[in-house]
Amino acid sequence: MAERPAALLRARDLTVVLGGVTVLDRLSLEILPGLRTVVLGANGAGKSVTLRALHGLVPPASGTVEWQGGRAPRQAMVFQRPVMLRRSALANVAYGLAVNGVDGEARDRRAREAIAKVGLEAIAHRPARVLSGGEQQRLALARAWALEPAILFLDEPTASLDPGAAGEVERIVAAIAAEGKRIVMTTHNLGQARRLADEIVFIHQGRVAEQTPADRFFAEPQSQHARAFLKGELPWT
Amino acid sequence: MFEIFASLKLALDLMANGNAEFVRVVALSLELSLAAAVLGSAIGLPLGAIVAIGRFPGRRSLIVALNALLGLPSVVVGLVVYLMLSRAGPLGSWGLLFTPGAIVIAQTVLVIPIVAALARQVVEDAWNEYAEQLRSLGVGTGRAVRTLLWDTRFSLLTVALAGFGRAASEVGAVMIVGGNIDGVTRVMTTAIALETSKGDLPLALALGIVLILVVLAVNAGAYAIREWSAIRHG
Repeated sequence: MAERPAALLRARDLTVVLGGVTVLDRLSLEILPGLRTVVLGANGAGKSVTLRALHGLVPPASGTVEWQGGRAPRQAMVFQRPVMLRRSALANVAYGLAVNGVDGEARDRRAREAIAKVGLEAIAHRPARVLSGGEQQRLALARAWALEPAILFLDEPTASLDPGAAGEVERIVAAIAAEGKRIVMTTHNLGQARRLADEIVFIHQGRVAEQTPADRFFAEPQSQHARAFLKGELPWT
Repeated sequence: MFEIFASLKLALDLMANGNAEFVRVVALSLELSLAAAVLGSAIGLPLGAIVAIGRFPGRRSLIVALNALLGLPSVVVGLVVYLMLSRAGPLGSWGLLFTPGAIVIAQTVLVIPIVAALARQVVEDAWNEYAEQLRSLGVGTGRAVRTLLWDTRFSLLTVALAGFGRAASEVGAVMIVGGNIDGVTRVMTTAIALETSKGDLPLALALGIVLILVVLAVNAGAYAIREWSAIRHG
């Protein structure tokens, strides 16, 4: 048996309590390099909080998040509802770079490249907040992409979008993954999960019920909860 | 009833003909109030933003203090500034008492709490929307304060104008520290108080009408800018 590659990220016994409710209950998870992971689970299972805890936005009550080499790499997150600053689309991308210490000509160039990669050059100078929902989400992806993150978290990035815009977002996520960025994403759309995932992490009541290669997960889910979830969900995909 | 019409007529006459003294009083009022609004906003806006998103010891006390200052009687502010600026006071050497500078100081002190309290609300609302995204990008508190002040700039303009309104309509403190000296520190509000007590009601009312028009124009302008920005910037 081949030796397993070292985990990029290892969460151990993560417990997160929000407003007195235990949202994550000793969740343990390993994220190996080079895969696209889709996190599935019912509403309230703790998918979004898992991403936030791994990304460092939500402090765990107990447990640890350990990164390969002991130091968190550059990471970015795209949210369900993109938050755009009241400035141009291009300036939004440049802002993310400026915060991360990229200045001058390099900032300008990388911002333009990222805008071009998501196909928004034509509206680069339009105020970001008047763009459509789909355009804003592509812009959010550009802002994250420009940072050249080692790992990109996406929390239901297409949940508020129409199918066309969602398709665009999927295409961009695939392109980011193709550059070797690690993708960890939640979705409610099982079709999307099939298209994008190399592996599925299924979360049930704040714990990982199973972590399975995607084709195997959809063919024969290992956990009883995932089986019930797929049964209930599949007719609507 | 007659007096109101007479005053209206006088107000229109004064404005149309540009009576020198009248113009001087109105101009000084606007100038000093604008200076106080700018200074008060320069201090109050960042203060409000820091209180909105900062987490530091004493934050709650600061919020309570700012809210309490909102209800502070302006004559008390006038009295305190008077004591500070009087010859024997700690800032007596500045020689500012009964000068326009003293008026600006008193007005600024009155503007800061209202601007800070309103800015806190505006910035806090924005922070609720932005917090996760900014933290995800790695933005620290200092940059977050600047980013939010810039992003809410159109709402904050209205806040600054509320400060201007507070300064322009102020009379008690301005009377105490300025002294209502003809040609030096006489502004619209103190002139109204004086003319009323002298019995020259038409002039007092005329000045009152101008004051109302100024405040109205300022608010109309603020409203228009907000509408425009909502369409232009979302």
